[in-house]
Amino acid sequence: MAEPRPVLEMTGIVKEFPGVRALSDVDFRLFPGEIHALMGENGAGKSTLIKVLTGVYSLDEGTITLDGGSVRFGSPLQAQQAGISTVYQEVNLCPNLSVAENIFIGREPTRMGRIQWKRMRKEAAELVDRLGLDIDVTAPLSSYPLAVQQLVAIVRSVGTGDSDGQGSGTKVLVLDEPTSSLDRDEVQELFRLMRRLKDEGVAILFVSHFLDQIYQICDRMTVLRNGTLVGEHMVADLDQVGLIQLMIGKALDQLEELHDHERRSDVGETLLKAEGLGRTGGIAPFDLEIKKGEVLGLAGLLGSGRTELARLLFGADQPDSGKVTIDGKHVSMSAPNAAIGAGVAFCSENRKTEGLVPDLTVRENIILALQASRGWTRPIPVAQRDELVAKYIKALDIRPANPEARVGRLSGGNQQKVLLARWLITQPKLLILDEPTRGIDVGAKAEIQKLVVSLSEEGMSVLYIAAELEEVLRLSHTIGVLRDRRLVAQLANGPEITSSRIMETIASGEHQ
Amino acid sequence: MSTPSVTTPSRWRALTHHHLFWPVAVLVFLLLVNVPFTPDFFSVKMTGGHLYGSLVSIVLFGSPLILVAVGMTVVIATGGIDLSVGAVVAITGALACSYISHQADQNALGGVLLAMGLGLLAGVACGLWNGFLVARMGIQPIIATLIIMVAGRGVAQLITDGQIITIDSDPYKLIGGGYWLTLPFSIFVVAAVVAVTVVLTRRTALGLLIESVGGNAEASRLVGIRSRRIKIMVYVFCALCAAIAGLMISSNTSAADGNNAGLWIELDAILAVVIGGTSLLGGRFSIGGTVVGALVIQTLTTTIYTIGVPTQTNLVFKAAVVIVVCLLQSPKFRAKVFGARFGGRFGGRSGAKGGAKPAATGADAAASTDTAAKMEVS
Repeated sequence: MAEPRPVLEMTGIVKEFPGVRALSDVDFRLFPGEIHALMGENGAGKSTLIKVLTGVYSLDEGTITLDGGSVRFGSPLQAQQAGISTVYQEVNLCPNLSVAENIFIGREPTRMGRIQWKRMRKEAAELVDRLGLDIDVTAPLSSYPLAVQQLVAIVRSVGTGDSDGQGSGTKVLVLDEPTSSLDRDEVQELFRLMRRLKDEGVAILFVSHFLDQIYQICDRMTVLRNGTLVGEHMVADLDQVGLIQLMIGKALDQLEELHDHERRSDVGETLLKAEGLGRTGGIAPFDLEIKKGEVLGLAGLLGSGRTELARLLFGADQPDSGKVTIDGKHVSMSAPNAAIGAGVAFCSENRKTEGLVPDLTVRENIILALQASRGWTRPIPVAQRDELVAKYIKALDIRPANPEARVGRLSGGNQQKVLLARWLITQPKLLILDEPTRGIDVGAKAEIQKLVVSLSEEGMSVLYIAAELEEVLRLSHTIGVLRDRRLVAQLANGPEITSSRIMETIASGEHQ
Repeated sequence: MSTPSVTTPSRWRALTHHHLFWPVAVLVFLLLVNVPFTPDFFSVKMTGGHLYGSLVSIVLFGSPLILVAVGMTVVIATGGIDLSVGAVVAITGALACSYISHQADQNALGGVLLAMGLGLLAGVACGLWNGFLVARMGIQPIIATLIIMVAGRGVAQLITDGQIITIDSDPYKLIGGGYWLTLPFSIFVVAAVVAVTVVLTRRTALGLLIESVGGNAEASRLVGIRSRRIKIMVYVFCALCAAIAGLMISSNTSAADGNNAGLWIELDAILAVVIGGTSLLGGRFSIGGTVVGALVIQTLTTTIYTIGVPTQTNLVFKAAVVIVVCLLQSPKFRAKVFGARFGGRFGGRSGAKGGAKPAATGADAAASTDTAAKMEVS
């Protein structure tokens, strides 16, 4: 591809939030007629960059040049008027209006204050037709599936500033994870539309967690990590392993690491068996077996379906296919109650929103799960309760060691320990830990990992999710590898299993 | 509720202090305001075997409000609200009075008991309906309970045929207007309901589960709490409390007025709950605080009459006092107006700001600053 002048250039972008430097000195450029992927793990600064570009955030430092002229957007509307349109993950349209109305909403062709309905429908039909879509513009938007609604959202955004139907007014189109709720065929339909827009000279910024899609559709990519620019590459020049290295920030050989000796080698018989368990939009159907005393680690990039898998095993989300047996008995995963009754415990990665009740005390938070399973009529006797709470506060070294402290005031590590105590007190057979070490200090991290090892030695099964591969490697007997919302491999941990091996598996996505 | 542990005497005491200190202070202040206008305000006289006096009247006339507010407290603790209590008051009174009025002998105990049972049953039905809409259908509580708030008065009118039904029944008169052991009987009813509520919520795990559901609904679901069942229970309980209040009000006047019985009591009840220190966002609740809150409102109403505020403006006056009370409850406001000392001492939350802190609470405040800082870092 010939390299003309970039249509958009962002240089030295800095964006700070109180206490956090979300973007520091990031450069980004976009050429007309290219599809450009913005890559990075969650929290790398992708969304912030997009929001700065589209006028949602004001930038602290740096310049944005559009078509050679310096611009600065105070609002998304200004960005839109300048030719930068955005389509988000969720469709922001009115389902009850017709497709044509949705395309023209807010800029309907009018004469003497009255909307020219005929003209609007005609122009909408022409626009849809020009983009090669087969959509009846008079039908209500709600009569189409989500995927088509997404296409309409794109049609609407490229039609912006273009009420006479001549050429596109949009120079830059930002697609922020448009594919996350689409199935394979729908994604292809979206890609067709993207290619057509690209041929018309529109520069497309594409964000997706699915690596395959990036490699299928994109020409160039920019990689961010921790708010800084890692590099800009042609997609053809960088393979998936290389990309993952750039995103995570470690070279493969650096990750060749110790294998621990703490791990117990023998595990018991099967505890939990999932067959064909899956949920549309969450994770593709998978088979999984967890043995007694086994630590099963899940590895995969953020958004690869690790949490979704765990939530299905707890009934936090309802599966729409497959079945689960625990100890040979079928368990309906229709609600957490059922799973808890069968001995499953789940510490969510979102401590604040899905774990703690911040207004309650440490003691109350700790006994909550046990009390819930006993029902309200059978309170735990005070003496027994206080003894249990004191025991777990001591065992997990929760600080302050005050059962009456409000849990919302504890530090992150201690809050995590409170959640662990809450579930350990119920003596579960399977403990699901989703990112238990995220955002907590090094000391607490080590303590929690040690605890996992000793629990497994006592015969408790643990499903362990962590962003850091080393952590998963160190603790797990078996490692489940996820990619693009699919469980692609289950590797028995051993000396031959290394971080690089797992990263290769993630990158290749081979089913083994 | 539990025995204060040895390790945390000062903070625990500061907390209990905080919950009831300001509501009680306001109550005492309001009571004192009456003294210059009614010098014998605090005197209680024995006349004809009954105790009379302003204090007794406040409790007597405040009884229905206390009942409704106690029920409202547990609903609000789950993060909900119940606007239908006023209508439930009207329906219950209408049903009970119309049943009694159709009896040949209005003084027959059996008939009166049956009438009361009917009224309470109607209340339970209303509560089930509210609970069903909120917990099963997932309708916003404010909308779900609005239905009976609006339609309920129509139902009451239907029962009474659009008339005010008057009755003449001595046994029925007892609950709202009678005396027992020299005191108004309704005081005993209120005491019993409050006691039962406290036992139900604090001696079982119900209070904890309610607070958990109100404090973090998603976390409660993931911990296995059957929050639907709990929500239905609190709406039924709240409606039941309102139904008892309905019996009381109609008994006191020996009449059922579908239009005006319990009119706007839902708003007073919500106010009482807020004054008592229970957050409208749900979570922690305090029955004791609510009782004090209801007494504050009733005292305020009495005070407005005794100090001679013109009737046309008394609602404005009431609103002004309520604003002041609510501001006093806010630790931030206290810290701003009275300085960090008061904010820190009684609020316990803004202690970090103050330079001049009482020695006793200094350590506590420092400890909380410490943890707060840690949280931000992690």
